[in-house]
Order: sequence, then structure tokens, then C-alpha cells
Amino acid sequence: MLGISVLVFFMIHLVPGDPAEMMLGERANEKALTELRQQLGLDKPLYVQYGLFMSRLAQGDLGRALRTNEKITTEIATHFPATLELALVAIVFAVTLGMLAGIVSATRQYSLFDYGSMVLSLIGVSMPIFWLGLVLMIIFSVNLGWLPLSGRLSYDITLEPVTNLYLIDSIIQGNWAAFKDALHHIIMPAFTLSTIPMAIIARMTRSSMLEVLRQDYIRTAKAKGLSPRAVHYKHALRNALIPIVTIIGLQFSILLGGAILTETIFAWPGIGSWLLNAVYARDFNAVQGGTMLIATLFVLINVLVDLLYAVINPRIKV
Amino acid sequence: MSQVLTGTTAAQEEKSHTPLVEAMLRLHKNRTAMAGLVIVGIFVFLALFGPLIAPHDPLEQSLYNKLKPPVWDARGSMSFFLGTDDFGRDLLSRLIHGARISMLVGVVSVSISLFFGTIAGAVAGFYRGWVDVIIMRVMDILLAFPSILLAIVIVAFLGPSLENAMIAIGIVSIPRYARIVRGSVLEEYSKDYVQAARALGASDFRLIFQHILPNCLAPLIVQTTLGFASAILEAAALSFLGLGAQPPTPEWGAMLAGGRALILRAWWVVTFPGITILLAVLGFNLLGDGLRDALDPRLRD
Repeated sequence: MLGISVLVFFMIHLVPGDPAEMMLGERANEKALTELRQQLGLDKPLYVQYGLFMSRLAQGDLGRALRTNEKITTEIATHFPATLELALVAIVFAVTLGMLAGIVSATRQYSLFDYGSMVLSLIGVSMPIFWLGLVLMIIFSVNLGWLPLSGRLSYDITLEPVTNLYLIDSIIQGNWAAFKDALHHIIMPAFTLSTIPMAIIARMTRSSMLEVLRQDYIRTAKAKGLSPRAVHYKHALRNALIPIVTIIGLQFSILLGGAILTETIFAWPGIGSWLLNAVYARDFNAVQGGTMLIATLFVLINVLVDLLYAVINPRIKV
Repeated sequence: MSQVLTGTTAAQEEKSHTPLVEAMLRLHKNRTAMAGLVIVGIFVFLALFGPLIAPHDPLEQSLYNKLKPPVWDARGSMSFFLGTDDFGRDLLSRLIHGARISMLVGVVSVSISLFFGTIAGAVAGFYRGWVDVIIMRVMDILLAFPSILLAIVIVAFLGPSLENAMIAIGIVSIPRYARIVRGSVLEEYSKDYVQAARALGASDFRLIFQHILPNCLAPLIVQTTLGFASAILEAAALSFLGLGAQPPTPEWGAMLAGGRALILRAWWVVTFPGITILLAVLGFNLLGDGLRDALDPRLRD
């Protein structure tokens, strides 16, 4: 974590460009510039700035966004639920569809379904998702008119924010119109985001299942007359899960990275599009805070996945 | 040699091949790899000879011909096979020229990560101890970011341009190569031939680059091929976000970004660049998978 903070901080501060000048414009007078630099602490040596940054970070303070003068923590808090909701729905898509395709492919190896889903997953791994998003928009929004083009909720629908996960909020409040609307809005972006993880999970599930299905205890289970369904789901799948869970855990990095692209295309008001706008505006405070947050999240998720192993495989002790 | 060949059966013949030829034979039998090789071959050909093949200048604008649909549409015309964009530029010609840019991105950024990754990994694996700890810790930090995010941050502060995008993508994938090389070097280090060379007085440099690295090539070749795929994809993504190639450069991702506003009117401006990106990335991925099977059967997933 310390390493991440050092890297983020120095990468952002060592590059040329004066934030004070950027904020006030090129024709700002020297006095105002100096004042602002003092205010931002930019006049101090780098290591002092880093120390200040770290001590504030330890108190959960990421500073203020230079564009809006809002606290970065507040900005992140308002944008984060959107990304979380998107990522959760995407991972649900990816895991259910990916694992299902993988399991069916493995149990019917060399069938038409197997070939079809493996070809699809190869294409999925190579998919430029920013393009897929546009194509889905053309098909489902422009031509068929089934799904809304962008955003999280239609303008004419109001929803009292509780968790700011719109799907959950609308269920809590029993606001079914809002639920339906939110669902319509999230389907395309979530599917777009889930493409690459889905393909990877499908491939991993298939190879992991095939490996397990060759084991002796599977033959034993079949020999004692268990139904194929019981053998596949109770005996095989459980033992095939460990590599699959590892892969699912790794997908979060792809999800968080992909969220930047997906959110941009679908005008989804999440962390990804927020961060990108900060990048466009060269708001180095916001970029610094957002990057720190995403990297931290990423590390936390990896730890969580490690802990999950122990649940799935009692042989591994944490 | 011909005498040997005529006198032996096919099985014996295979035995007499060098490892390289053997790997080529295995690659040849792998259908997905061959499909990948064909696709990659086409793109390399387009990159090399694109300007000779392309029917139009990729930057030539013509307001009279703007937003022409592809040839199979009733309003399409033969001279603009895949249609034109909102400036009346020929889409097909732009895509062909884009191949050159994407291949260049692949070569440059993969070279950056291959060069620094190999050195870092070899040094870490060879000297071990605190050198190893420091180098690999830095690599872990780089890996702690989703690669596209790190690339975006790097480009944002270097300034958006194709050159900086290539540099960013190169930096972002250094850890992948470093890890592979380090692992292989650790494995090879204790082998007899290395100790023998050392006993003969070979320098560290010679040991690493003359003796150890040639034996770690297989996984590196695989990673390089797959690296091309991700470099092309990431460069297209950066350009799409406006952080890579700038208009009017005929880069596939930048073309997509330009076509975004047109999705209501001209589907082809968006569709074809995307398919091209997909095909190029798919080709390198297929080839990489096939190479992995052919060169290093242990790595098969």
C-alpha cells in the first residue's frame, strides 16, 4: 500500500505542468499564482508534500478536487455506488453465464455447443468492449428501441436514495416502476462490462471441469449409479471450483478497468467516468485520490479472494 | 541428410528434427494457431503494403461523398467499398492504414516491456536476495493497478498522443515479462550447465544473456504474442478515450471515437473499425494460444 501511494504521488507530481496555472488560466497574475500554490502546499519540497499527503490520507482525507472544490472523499462516495452496482451486476452475468457455458461444454465435450461456446469465448476475450457497447446501443436502443441509450434512470422517475444502489433502493421502497427502469438501464452496460470476464470464466470452468471429470472418484460416483447431474454438480463442480474462484477474483481488475470504458460509453455516472473527467481536466488531486482508491480496492479484493479459498478448500489454512 | 530422410520412417524423421522444427510442426498441426497466423499475416501484410493497396488517401476529404454507406447498400458506390465517414473519407483505406499504426503500437510497446521486463526479471532471478525483493516489489505495485487505469494516468500526465500511449502501454506490461523471466531464471540457475559455464569463468552478463536466457525463450515468445494482442486493444481503448492517437490519424480506436456521434445515422462508421480491432486482437490471441501449446506443452490450460 505504501508503495502504491509513493508511485501514485510521485508519478503525478513529477510530470511537468503547474496545477495552479491550470486552475487560474494562463493569463493569471503572478501574485495570485503564488498565493494559490501556497494554499495548495505546492511551494514546499516534494517530500514535504508527500508527508502531508500521507498524513491526510491516514485520516481518510484525500484533499479537494481542484475543479469543483468538493472534498474528493465526498465525490468518490457519490460516484462509487453506481460503479459498484454496475460491477456487481456484471460479475453476476459473467459468473452465471460463464460458468454455465463452461460446465455444459465440459460435460458435452466436442459437442456443437462446446465448439460454439469456445469460439464465442475466444472472441469474447479479444473484444474491444467500447465497441461492443456502441454496437449494442445501435441494435437495442436505436433500431429496436427496447433499452434506453444511456444513464442510470429516466428523468421522469424519482427514487429516494438509501444505499444509492438503485436496484436495491427501489426494492426496499417497493417502487417497481423505478426498479424496472433501473434494470432496463443497467442491462446493456453490465453485459458489455461482463464480456471479457465471462469468456475467461467460461474457458477456465471448462478446462477445470474436464480435469476433474477424468479423476477416479468421478468414475466411482458414476459406477455406483448416481445420476449424471449429481455427479457433475456435487462431485465434479465442487472440486473444480478453486481455480475458477481464483480467476473470478482476478476479473475484478478487468472490471474496474473496463468500468472506465463502459461508463464513458453509456454515460454511467460512476467512478470510472468521474476519474476520466478528472484526467481530462488535469485535476491531479482527484486523479491521485481516485487512483489510490481503485488500487486499494483491488488489493483488498485480492485478499478477500485468498480468504475465500479457505472456505472452498478446507485443506488451505489462512 | 537426404539419405537419412529417405531411409527412415516418419516417426524417426521427427526425432531427428531440432526443437525449433519440431515446434513448428506442432504449430502447423494446431488449427487455431494456423487461423491466428493467417489473420496476423494479413494484418502484417496490410501494415507493410497498405499505402499501395488502399484505394484512397486515408486523409482525403470529400464533402460530396460524406457518409456513403457500404457498397451492398442501394446508396453505396463501388469506389467506397465500406462507405465513408462524416468527412467523406474512405473507411476501407483508413482501416488499411490503421493496420500500420496498430502494428507499430504493438512493436514499440511490446519492445519496451520486453526489454525492461527481461532485464528486471533476469537481474531479480539471478542475483536474488534484496535485489530480487526490491525489483519484484516494484512489479507488484505496478500490478496493483488495472492496466488500462495505469495507462490512462500515465498518458494523462505525459500528454495525450500516440507516442505516449505506446510508452504507457509498454510500462504497464513490464511486470508480466519480468515475472516470467524471473521464474525461468530461478529454475535454470541451479542447473549444471550454468554452473559449468560459471566454472569456466563466464561473467554474470554472459551467464545471463548467453546461457540462461536462450533457455527461457519459449514462455517469452508466447507472452510477446499475447502482448501484441493486449497492446493493440489497449492502444485502441486509449485512442477511443481521446488519450492516444489524435484525429485525423486513421487509428482504429480514434475512428470509433469519431463515429460515436454518428451511431444514429451511420452504423458502418462504428461497426467496421470495431470488427477490425476484434480481428487483429483475436489473431494474436489465437496465435499466442497455439504457440503456447506448441512451444511449452506444460503451460497448456
